[in-house]
Amino acid sequence: MLWYLIRRLFLVIPTLIGVAIAVFFLIRVMPGDVVVVKLRADGADVSEEMIQAERKRLGLDKPLYMQFTDYMVGLAHLDLGKSLWTGDSVNKEIAIRIPVSLQIAVMASIIAVLISIPLGTISALYRDTWIDHSVRVLAVSGLAVPSFWLGMLIILALLALFNWLPKIGYVPLWEDPIANLSVTIWPAISVGYRYAAVATRMMRSALLEVMREDYIRTARAKGVWTRLIMRRHALRNALLPVVTVIGLEFAFLIGGLVVTEQVFNINGVGKLFVDATTRGDFNLIQGLVLFIATMFIFVNLIVDLLYAWLDPRIRLS
Amino acid sequence: MLRTVLRTVIASTAALLVGAGIAGAQTPKKGGTLNFGVVAEPPNYDCHGSTTFALVHPIAPHYSLLVKFDGKEYPKVIPDLAESWTVSPDRMTYTFKIRTGVKFHDGSPLTSEDIKATYDRIINPPQGVVSIRKAYYADLVVEAPDPTTVVFKLKNPMAGVLEALASPFNCVYSAAKLKENPRYPETQIMGSGPFAFVQHVKGSTWEGKRFDGYFRKGQPYLDGYKIFFVKSGGVVPGILGGQFDAEFRGRNPSEKAQLLEKMKDKLTVHEGTWVNNLMLVFNTTRKPFDDVKVRQALSMAIDRWGGSDALSKISILKFVGGVMRPGYSMSLPEAELVKLPGYSKNINKSREEAKKILEQAGLKDLKFKLLNRNIPEPYTPAGVYSIDQWRRIGVTVEHEQLETKLYQERVAKGDFDVAVEFQADFMDDPTAQFSKFLTKKLSPSGYSGHTDTKIDEMYTKQRQTMDVAERTKIVREMERYALTQAYNVPILWWQRIIMYNKKIKGWYMTPSHYLWQDLSTVWLDQ
Repeated sequence: MLWYLIRRLFLVIPTLIGVAIAVFFLIRVMPGDVVVVKLRADGADVSEEMIQAERKRLGLDKPLYMQFTDYMVGLAHLDLGKSLWTGDSVNKEIAIRIPVSLQIAVMASIIAVLISIPLGTISALYRDTWIDHSVRVLAVSGLAVPSFWLGMLIILALLALFNWLPKIGYVPLWEDPIANLSVTIWPAISVGYRYAAVATRMMRSALLEVMREDYIRTARAKGVWTRLIMRRHALRNALLPVVTVIGLEFAFLIGGLVVTEQVFNINGVGKLFVDATTRGDFNLIQGLVLFIATMFIFVNLIVDLLYAWLDPRIRLS
Repeated sequence: MLRTVLRTVIASTAALLVGAGIAGAQTPKKGGTLNFGVVAEPPNYDCHGSTTFALVHPIAPHYSLLVKFDGKEYPKVIPDLAESWTVSPDRMTYTFKIRTGVKFHDGSPLTSEDIKATYDRIINPPQGVVSIRKAYYADLVVEAPDPTTVVFKLKNPMAGVLEALASPFNCVYSAAKLKENPRYPETQIMGSGPFAFVQHVKGSTWEGKRFDGYFRKGQPYLDGYKIFFVKSGGVVPGILGGQFDAEFRGRNPSEKAQLLEKMKDKLTVHEGTWVNNLMLVFNTTRKPFDDVKVRQALSMAIDRWGGSDALSKISILKFVGGVMRPGYSMSLPEAELVKLPGYSKNINKSREEAKKILEQAGLKDLKFKLLNRNIPEPYTPAGVYSIDQWRRIGVTVEHEQLETKLYQERVAKGDFDVAVEFQADFMDDPTAQFSKFLTKKLSPSGYSGHTDTKIDEMYTKQRQTMDVAERTKIVREMERYALTQAYNVPILWWQRIIMYNKKIKGWYMTPSHYLWQDLSTVWLDQ
C-alpha cells in the first residue's frame, strides 16, 4: 500500500510537467495582449512605446524559449510567477480564492452524497414503482436544469419572498459560521442538486447491476435479510462507480463553478479563471490549470484508495 | 432634441440645486459607513498608470489632488491641496500656494516637494513606472521653490492647464517614499485624502476609514466606506437586498425602472449627460472607406434623432451630439449640427441622398463587417441599430462582436472595416475629446488610419490657444471639419443615471464618472 502510494506520487511529477508544457505553449496561441487590455482598458491614448516598455517590464518581450525556461525554473521552486494583471504572486492570487471554492465543493459533495445514495438505493429497490419514477424525474430534472439558472431562481426567490439576499464577501467558517453558511449554502445547493442528480442515477444503475449478481441471488436463496444483503454485499460494490463520479465532480467543482460563482458573486477559483482568460493573464492561467490538474490527480488517488477500502478484492500493492 | 438635452440638463441642474439646497439646509451628520458597489476591480493601486474608474472609485477617497473639479459646479476647478493660485499675464506660469499643516496618513507632512515629485513621476516616469498621461503633461515643468509653493511653467502655450491638473488620476504621493521606491503606489496606499486605507480583499471588498488628520476640518463625515466588487448584473439585487446603497458609475433605464418599482420613495435618482459616447470608426486604409462620400453616406443613413428616442429607453445611449458633449460650452449648437452630414432631422431625405452617393460610387450592394465588443451595454444596441439603419439604404453589414482583448488587437492592427469605438474621459476638454479623431502620427488611438494633417494642425492650434472664445471658435471649426470628413462619427452620447438610497447626502453628480469620488462631503442621514 505504501509502495503504491509512493509510486503514484512519483507519477504526479511527469504528469504535471506534461500539463505545464502543454498549457504554456497552448495559451500563447491565444490572440490578445494583456498589456493592451490593461493600459487601453478605458480607451486611453497609450503610445506603442509605452506598451512595449510595459511588455519588457513583464518579460513578455523575451523569446519564447527564455520565457519557458524562466517558467520551468520557477516551477521547480514551486513559484508560479506573478500575475501579469495585478503583479501579485500567482500562488497568492489562487490561495485567496481556494477556501471559498473548496468549501462550496465540499458542501455540494455532502449535499450530493446525502441525497444521491439514499435516493439511488430506494429507486433501485423499488424499481418501476411510483417511487422509482419520482426519483428519476427528480434526477433528470437535476441534470436538465443548469446550476447557474437554479442559482438565479434561488436569488430571485429569496428576494421576492424574504426581500433578502446572501451577503457579498466570504467570512471563514470558524470566524462566523452563520455568516459563512448564509453565503455558501445557496451556491452549494444549486450545484449540489445537479451533482446529486448525476450520482443518484449512477447509484441506481450500479445497484441494479449488483442486485443481478450471483452472490446476491445466493444470499437471497439462503434467506439472508434484504437489509443485510444491501448493507454487506450490494451497497459497497455499487458504491465503486459512484465514488468515481463523486470524486471527479468534486475536482471539477474546485475550478468549474464559473457561472455559478458569477451569479452568486462568489470570489472563487472559477471566477478567477474567467477573469484571467478574459485579460490574457498567461501566468495566472498557467497556475490555475496546474492547480486544477493537481486537484484532479489527488482526488483520483483518493478515489483509488477508497476503491481498496470498499472492495477488498482490489489490492493496490 | 436640443430641447430634450436642455430640459434634461436644466432638470438635472435643478435637481442638483434642490438637492444641494436641502443638503445645505441640513447639517451633515457624522458617522456611519457608506456601502457601495463597483462593477470592476483595479489591477493595482497606481493612479498615474491607470485610466479606469475601477481605480478611481475605491482609491480617490485615500488621496488628495492639487486642484479638483467641483462636483456642484462642474467644470469649475476648485482648490484641494492648493490653497490658491495665480496665473502670469502671459499664462505661461501657474503658481500654487499649498496648504500648510497637511499630513499624509502616516503622519508625515505634505509639502510642495511631494507635489513636485508626483508631477515629475507623471511627466518623466522612472524606468518601470507606467505613466499613461505622460504626453498630456509633456509641456509642463514643475518647480518647488519653497515648501508651500509649486510652480508649473509651460514650455509651450497650453490651454486647459487647470483642468488637466484636476485629473482624478493625479494622486499626490509622498516624495520620500517615491525616493525609496518609485513603484510603491502600485502596491501600497498612502495618501493624504479624507479616508485611510483599511483593507482590500481581492475580488471581494475594499474598506477605508476616516482619517482624523484630514486637512479640511470637520470632514469627512463618514466613519468609513466599504466597496463591494460585483458584476454589473449584481448591482440592482445588491441595492434591493440592502447589501449596499449605491453605485456611482451609472446604470441603465431598465435598472432604473426596477429599482424605482421596488424602492419608490427610498431612492434618489440623478440623470444627465455623460462625457462618453460611442462612435463609428471607418478604416480609411480600406476601400471604399477611403472615400469621404462613402463615409458621409454611411453616416447619413443613421437616424440619430429617432435613435435617441428609441435607444434611450433600452440603453444608456441617448444624446445626439458631435465630437464635444451636447450641452458643453464648446460644442456645436444644434442649429449648426443639423447642417452636417448625418445630423439632418429629415432622415428620409438624408437616406435618399446616401443611396444616390453609393450608387454613384458603384456601391449599390455594399457589404462590410462591423467590428464591435461583445459587451451588451451599450455596444450591442449601438451595433444592431447601426446595421439596421444601413440596411435601409441597401447596405448589408455583418456584426462581428469580439471579447475586448480580441477587439482591441484587431482595432490596433487596423484589421477591420468599420468599428464601434468609445470615447470617455474625465473632462470635456477638446484636447482629450479629439484624441481619436487625429492621425496616428499624433495620437496612438487614431484608429481610422487617415493621414489628414489638417485636423492635427487645428488640434495643435486649439491646444495652444489660451483665449477661451478664440479656442471655442477653433474647436467648433475643427468639429465641423471632423464630422464632414467623417473618419469617425459619433453615434450617440450616453446618459448617466445614478441611483442611491435616500439616506446618502452630499454626493453630487457630474457628467463624468471619474469625478467627485473622494467622498469627503458625503454623509448618511440616519
